[in-house]
Amino acid sequence: MQIDLRTVSIEPLRQTFDHLARRFGNKPASRYQEGSYDIQATENLHYRPTWDPDQLIYDASITRIVMQDWYALKDPRQFYYNNYTLARARQQETTEANFTFVETRGLADAIPDDLRQTVLDLLVPLRHAAWGANMNNTLVCGYGYAAIFTQACMFHAMDNLGIAQYLSRIGLLLGDVEALEAGKTDWLESEVWQPLRRYVEDTLVIRDPFELYVAQNVALDGLLYPLVYEQLIDGDLSPRGASAVAMLTQFMRDWYEETRKWIDAVIKTAAAESPANRAVLEEWTTHWTQRAADALLPIVRQANAEQAETMLAEEVTALKARLKKTGIEI
Amino acid sequence: MDMKVAKKKLALKEKYKLLTRDLGWEPSYQKKDDIYPYIKYEGIKIHDWDKWEDPFRLTMDSYWKYQAEKERKFYAIIDAHAQNNGHLNITDARYLSALKIFLQAISPGEYAAGKGFARTGREFPGVGTQVACQMQSIDEIRHAQTQIHALSNYNKFYNGFHAFADARDRMWYCTLPRSFFDDAMSSGPFEFMIAIGFSFEYVLTNLLFVPFMSGAAYNGDMATVTFGFSAQSDEARHMTLGLECIKFMLEQDPDNLPIVQNWIDKWFWRGFRLLGVVGTMMDYMLPKRVMSWREAFEIYGIENGGALFNDLARYGIRPPRGWDDAGKALDHMSHQFMLALYQYNFGTAFHTDIPTEEDMAWLDKKYPTTFNKYYRPRWEHIRKLKEAGTPYKNMGLAKLCQTCQIPTVFTEPDDPTQLTIREVDYKGDKYHFCSEGCQHIFENEPEKYIQAVLPMPQLFQAPLSGDLVAWMNWVGLQNGKDNGDYFGSEDQKNFDAWRDLATRNV
Amino acid sequence: MSTVFIALQANEDTRPIIDAIVLDNPECTVNRQPAMVKIDAQGKLTVRRETIEEQLGRPFDLQELQVNLITLSGNVDEDEDSLTLCWNS
Repeated sequence: MQIDLRTVSIEPLRQTFDHLARRFGNKPASRYQEGSYDIQATENLHYRPTWDPDQLIYDASITRIVMQDWYALKDPRQFYYNNYTLARARQQETTEANFTFVETRGLADAIPDDLRQTVLDLLVPLRHAAWGANMNNTLVCGYGYAAIFTQACMFHAMDNLGIAQYLSRIGLLLGDVEALEAGKTDWLESEVWQPLRRYVEDTLVIRDPFELYVAQNVALDGLLYPLVYEQLIDGDLSPRGASAVAMLTQFMRDWYEETRKWIDAVIKTAAAESPANRAVLEEWTTHWTQRAADALLPIVRQANAEQAETMLAEEVTALKARLKKTGIEI
Repeated sequence: MDMKVAKKKLALKEKYKLLTRDLGWEPSYQKKDDIYPYIKYEGIKIHDWDKWEDPFRLTMDSYWKYQAEKERKFYAIIDAHAQNNGHLNITDARYLSALKIFLQAISPGEYAAGKGFARTGREFPGVGTQVACQMQSIDEIRHAQTQIHALSNYNKFYNGFHAFADARDRMWYCTLPRSFFDDAMSSGPFEFMIAIGFSFEYVLTNLLFVPFMSGAAYNGDMATVTFGFSAQSDEARHMTLGLECIKFMLEQDPDNLPIVQNWIDKWFWRGFRLLGVVGTMMDYMLPKRVMSWREAFEIYGIENGGALFNDLARYGIRPPRGWDDAGKALDHMSHQFMLALYQYNFGTAFHTDIPTEEDMAWLDKKYPTTFNKYYRPRWEHIRKLKEAGTPYKNMGLAKLCQTCQIPTVFTEPDDPTQLTIREVDYKGDKYHFCSEGCQHIFENEPEKYIQAVLPMPQLFQAPLSGDLVAWMNWVGLQNGKDNGDYFGSEDQKNFDAWRDLATRNV
Repeated sequence: MSTVFIALQANEDTRPIIDAIVLDNPECTVNRQPAMVKIDAQGKLTVRRETIEEQLGRPFDLQELQVNLITLSGNVDEDEDSLTLCWNS
């Protein structure tokens, strides 16, 4: 027997789940809402962690930021697993096409040698910094509070890993395995890279998830991405003959533009919650932005000795302006 | 300048190594112990993280690519299911109890596992291990979300789904999975890997997904089949991670063996008890059944688990401590558990019912040595009471096992007429257990398990103070709609009426 | 010898893959269940990229298996040419 179920018109008993109806009223919820709100356990946590009995398994008090409702930290992109993954898969296709284009047309070989070396010196050690970012965002996901905030941190962490892998592939494409080896030696030993490595290692011991979020995503990456990809690659190296590299780093540029909207929204919401939050955020952003600027200067200088200070000053000013819009004055 | 030599094509393994584990370095500005503070206290000794074998060598570009493909397929089916009233395709609405339990009890566990793997993905010092854990973390977020999305449309038309988020934290039977995942989350990173990565994923997840999803396919539920198989495709990666992890621990130092063995013992038993719920679903809740819990356990538990433990014997690992008791419990557990659920069905956000004569004939065929002898008489008695208008309801409160939190309804392994009663006095208080296995787990870590939140005592404390109506409001249970027998329920009436609309011209 | 297995979703994508697995592992047993095909083998099972490509008539990346894979059992060893499942005992 064939049943044509489409012809049956029946009234639903309810529009959505109770916890979503309490938040948004009795109307159909979006998939973002269904997948993100209130899905972390909050009550009747059974046991204290053996790794730190002073904490609860899910503990909002391990950060100095205080939110009445952590689910206020909405992601303006409304990313849940599905639309996040589809967005990245599309970008991945473009990136793959860009790599193929550069490889098959020998565009990497067309870059003048000194310029190629400048690019390698700049980009390859950054894959280690991207791994640090991956670790840090993974920690924020693991110990931060509320799915709406922490799932986006996990997506961000996987992006950080993706970027570390794209940077590695750029190294392999322009300079083979030797380029990766040289980049790692620079990262570990060259004076140029030590302030940044120290910065990254210092963030790896931060256990306040929100401070870590600020140190990594606001301060360091808020300066690093515009400096490296906009100022140096697009503004300087590309016009000098490294336009192929601009193609290979398109992902990073697009990604930064997209993710900063989310980061700004998180900071804005947390700062608007209370004067106390704002004060803590100002303290953190002031401290880490200064340190990030100091750590990045020698790296920018290595790529462009004449304009390094100007470029950095511009980006620090831009970051301050960006933060001001979120309610943070530094 | 020399001609650029054609680049050597890197083999997959070599390339993966460069793109993952080569990203890390030996820190010098901070101490390793401060970066990874939790990896020593459990006593596991790791000498060389580079010996870690990467199970599947997925880089992020391939991860996004293949996962996106899975996601497109999944949501296309879910959308069609919702648009075409796919819920009316199921055999009958009795089947939905299984889905309600899944959403209340399992999906929150998926999310918890995601949090847990984010933590191990940060706490382990080896980059290969970190990346594998991180991918599992994001996968588990996926599973929680695809399950909620697949079941969302059922929630619009049927009772029992609407308060799953409240049930997760407050419903008495949800403390069973909650205490399981909370136990894993409160353990150190290595134990977490054995708990979730190995015991749950490798030994038990096949039992959860494969027969359950085949059951969904038999019962016309394409939404569930789709999320089940789609999630399970990630599990293949997760299972392999669990297995690699255990081999890694055992190969690194002989001192790790007793610690690992102890965890295997503990988590096998905890998992076995947890999946008893799946047993009730397979044996009692599917209108059209694929295989019994026993048959599923034979394939995925005994045969597959047996192969695994044979393989691990070269490291000195023996089958888990409760292995034999589990084998003996197979013919009883689903029946005993289901009788308990039924007698408390005024307090469950899913329907249960007395098995029909046809159901009982099937149960007898699948459990020839036990069903007719021990369980049919009880069901027939319960049916008689119902027909006489005096249905059997246990309004008393169940005594819960301090470890697994299931009511203490199970029998002695060698005597199915003898209820297992185990008690331990600890620091002046008495604790009850459903089995020797659960008692043993408690005695190994009493300070942990005395912290367990038991829902029954909670009911008697303020603010509920024993008020059943207040309790129902608190857990989000709508009396007369979500609970009770299936036959005569609103779900049954609606489903039959809607199906009637679909099959006739009115 | 212990049994290893691999289970794939039953659909148009996996038909040639299953054919290839059967060609490479003539001793294996194919169980067709609702929506799923489970292939059992004693001790060892090898999935070879080349054989799949012959069945499929196009290049195949073994990682594409992920899309339709339901479950497996055994120690996994994967490189670009093959995926092997085995029990050492």
